[in-house]
Order: sequence, then C-alpha cells, then structure tokens
Amino acid sequence: MSRYVLRFGVLGYLLVLLVLPVGLIFYKAFEHGFGHAWDAVTTPQALHALKLTLLIAAIAVPANTVFGIVMALALVRTRLPGRGLVNALVDLPLALSPVVVGLALFLLYGRGGWLGGLADHGVHILFALPGMVLATMFITLPFVVREVVPVLREIGTEQEQAAETLGASPFQVFRRITVPAIRWAVLYGVVLTTARAIGEFGAVAVVSGRIVGKTETLPLYIQGQYESFDTSGAYASSVVLALIAIGTVVALRAVHPREEKEDA
Amino acid sequence: MASSAAVAEQPAAAVLHRGGGSLARGVALGYLSVVVLLPLAALIWAARVGGPGAFWDQVTRPEAVAALKLSLGVASLCALVNAVTGTAMAWVLVRDRFRGKSFVDAVLDLPFALPTIVAGLTLLALYGPNSPFGVDIAFTRTALLAACLFVTLPFVVRAVQPVLLELDVEMEEAAASLGAGPVAVFRRIIFPNLLPAVLSGVALSFARAVGEFGAVVLISGNLPFKTEVSSVYIFGQLQSGNQSGAAAVSVLLLLISLGVLLAIGALRHWRTRHDHV
Repeated sequence: MSRYVLRFGVLGYLLVLLVLPVGLIFYKAFEHGFGHAWDAVTTPQALHALKLTLLIAAIAVPANTVFGIVMALALVRTRLPGRGLVNALVDLPLALSPVVVGLALFLLYGRGGWLGGLADHGVHILFALPGMVLATMFITLPFVVREVVPVLREIGTEQEQAAETLGASPFQVFRRITVPAIRWAVLYGVVLTTARAIGEFGAVAVVSGRIVGKTETLPLYIQGQYESFDTSGAYASSVVLALIAIGTVVALRAVHPREEKEDA
Repeated sequence: MASSAAVAEQPAAAVLHRGGGSLARGVALGYLSVVVLLPLAALIWAARVGGPGAFWDQVTRPEAVAALKLSLGVASLCALVNAVTGTAMAWVLVRDRFRGKSFVDAVLDLPFALPTIVAGLTLLALYGPNSPFGVDIAFTRTALLAACLFVTLPFVVRAVQPVLLELDVEMEEAAASLGAGPVAVFRRIIFPNLLPAVLSGVALSFARAVGEFGAVVLISGNLPFKTEVSSVYIFGQLQSGNQSGAAAVSVLLLLISLGVLLAIGALRHWRTRHDHV
C-alpha cells in the first residue's frame, strides 16, 4: 500500500512541476496552428538568434572538449601541483551564479578593466561574439572533465604501460589505448556541454549587451519577446529549445548504456 | 576505490612524464587560468577597490541584504524539499516496478537539459496570470521556490540512485528477519547508507538555487524587498551603473559557492572513508 502512495506521490510531483508546464508550452505554441508557430520562429530576428546560439556552441563545445580531455589526463595521470585548488576551480561553474560569471567577464574586459584596453585596439570582447563565447566556455567547463576523470581512474595504466613497453610512442598510446577507452565518456560530456551551451542565459545576458540582430541569442530573444508581450513568439522559440533539450535527453540515453556494455 | 586510484596514479605519472605530461599540464592550467581564474581575479579586484569600508557599505545596503536573505532562504527550503522528494524519487526508480519507469527516469534529466529561461516561461504559462487551472503564483516567493525546485530536480535523485542500486538488500532482509520493523530498517540501515549521497545532492541544489537567474527572472517579478533575489539584484546594480555594488555582492556569492564545493569535497572524503571500513 505504502509503495503505491510513494509511487503516485512521486509521479504526481513530477507531473505538476515538470511534465504539465513543459507540455503546456507545446500546446500554447501550436494553439494557433503549426503555420503560425513556424512563422514566429522564422522571422529574421529569431533566425539570427538561433544561428548565433549555434555558432557560440560550435566554438565553445570543441574548445571545452579538448580542454576536458587534457585536464582529465593532467588530473589523473600527472602529479599536478595544487590538485585540490584545480579541482575546485573546475567544479566552480556548477555552483556559481551565471550572473556572477558574466559580471566577472564584464569587469575584466570592460572599460577600466585589466584587459579593457583591448577594445581601443579594435579587439572587441564585450557586447560581441568573443565575450559570449568566453561566458559559455566558463559555464560549460566542468562537464567533459567530470565524465572522463572517473573512466581514466578505472581503466588504470596497465594497458598504456604495456603498449609503451612494446615500443608505442606516447601519441600512439593515446590514440590506440586511451581514446577508445574514454570515447563514450567524452561523448556523454559533449552532449551535456552542448545542451548547457545552447541554453545559457544569465552569463550571456550580462556580457552580450543584447543588441537585437547582433548579439541576441535564442534564450535572450525569448525573454525579449515575452517582455514585449509577443508571448506566442516566445512560446514558439521555447519549443525549439525544448525540442533540443528532449533530443539531448534521448542522446544521453543512447550514449550511456553503450558505455556500460563496454565495461562488461 | 580511493586507494586503488592513488596507487594507479604513481606509475601513470611516469607514463605521461616521458610523454606529453608537462604539455598537458601547461595547456590545461593555461586554459583554466584564462577562462576561469582571470575573470574571477578581476571580480575580486573590482570588489576591493575603495577598501573594506566601501565593500561593507555595499553588502549591507538594505536592498542587498534583503535579496541575499531571500536567496539563502529560498535555496535552503528548495534543498530541504529536494532532500525528501529526491530520495523518494530515487527509491521509486530503483526499488519500485511499473510500466514506463525508464521513461520517468529519462524525463528526470529534462530540467538539466532545458534552458533556464524556458523553464521559467513554462512555469509562468501554467502558474501565471493566464493559468488554465486558475493558479496564479506569479511575482510571489512561492514562484521563486517553484522555479528553484524545477531546475534542481535531478540533483538529489542522481546522487542517491547509484548508492541505492549498490545497497545490499540482504542487509535489510537480515535486519527484518531479526525482528526490525520497516521504520527501524529504514532508520538504521538505509538512511545511514544514503545520507552522504543525499547531502551532496542537497548541497549542489542549494548552490544552484542560490545563484539561479534564468528561471526566476520572468516569474519572480523582481520586486525589491519582496521577490528580488541576489542574482537579479546584481544584474540590476550593473544595469544602473553601480559596478562596485554588483561586484561586492558577487564576491559573497562566490564565497558561498566555494564553501558549498568544499563541503561536497569533505562529504566525498567521508563517503570513501566509510567504504573502506
């Protein structure tokens, strides 16, 4: 009996907090027909915002993927000085307010900041693409590292050492032994990184200056549309992002079981 | 597990030392410095301009204090609710059997993947002025709590689930066969085993909720002294040109985040130590 109470309590909580609100967004977006929603997400402003969002992700995700693999190797396979501090810095984006991240970048690259002089030399970081990419890189920094570190620990070094003993160069060891072992973990981290990069709001809101048609990403566009009372436009674009999120969840499921199979 | 990892690290170090060990370290630390360390240093620098007196004045402004208190209050409540609901969800997902369980398990990842602004908008659509149920919590503190619960939904579940999966059912059966009731089994066997995982999930959802911005910005209405949380306050101060005020409160949030991470690190240490016993 108590089992059913618990089961339906939990399912009810999920329904009220998560499933109904997200479901309603889909209903609201298509309330006036599919064509109406399609028109709302294909206005030049919305399309530009979508393209910019994807462009930022296309730069930040590969950068953090390479960093994530290298950092995981440095943490697990070398004697890193100040390992505790490095670990804390890698985890920090998970626990820090995105607005604080945005402000930190704003103060570094803004007028009077240490690197504020770059703008005078024509290198514009704030209110431009580089600042938004840096903000996104900061926010999504931990995901690949955190997926790869436990796998590297688990596989140990016996195979790598054996390969080395047999005359493999460090690069060959990495490519033939390490990469095949960590690839699913990397992929899982990449999916998480991409999802967060596409959805980032707070940090990007601070550094972008939200110039319409120039530095407005899709999440910023949604807020703008909602606040200027174009709710159907906001709902339609939200559905685009919600579909990407659902795709992410499906991708995570597809990647994870394989990893377990490899382990077996 | 911790000890085997430590043993594995020694010869491993040798592998990468001859290879690209120092290169890997240099690249990783350089990237970390440019992306994370340098901006944070600039933030702390900006907060200390004007001296400790100016910093104190900024963080003790009534509006700043009210916002910080609200953030901490909502985040604490959110973490507390998550401790209960998250553990219950993990329990149902691991021990219960019903159709569509794997679907429910997948749905739990959605708050993590869904952009925060969309999360806020969905809650506002259902529980805002145009609510189809007539439930309007927009611009109230309840709305803040709902938004925080939405974005932190997976944290406790995902922390507790693996521990619960590994938990030996035989221990519970042994206790039951010795005459322990279900309550005693939960209190003496299950709860102590789950506690470290619950606490690290709770800590992470607390940290996330203290700084949440995207999900609360639309639904809270941002009324000073009523529904304005710290992240929104910082954003507002920056917009109105008070950079040092924004920086001062940001440094407080940074310290809170670091404190939570230290606590999680200590918990992890505690958990691995218990594994060895």
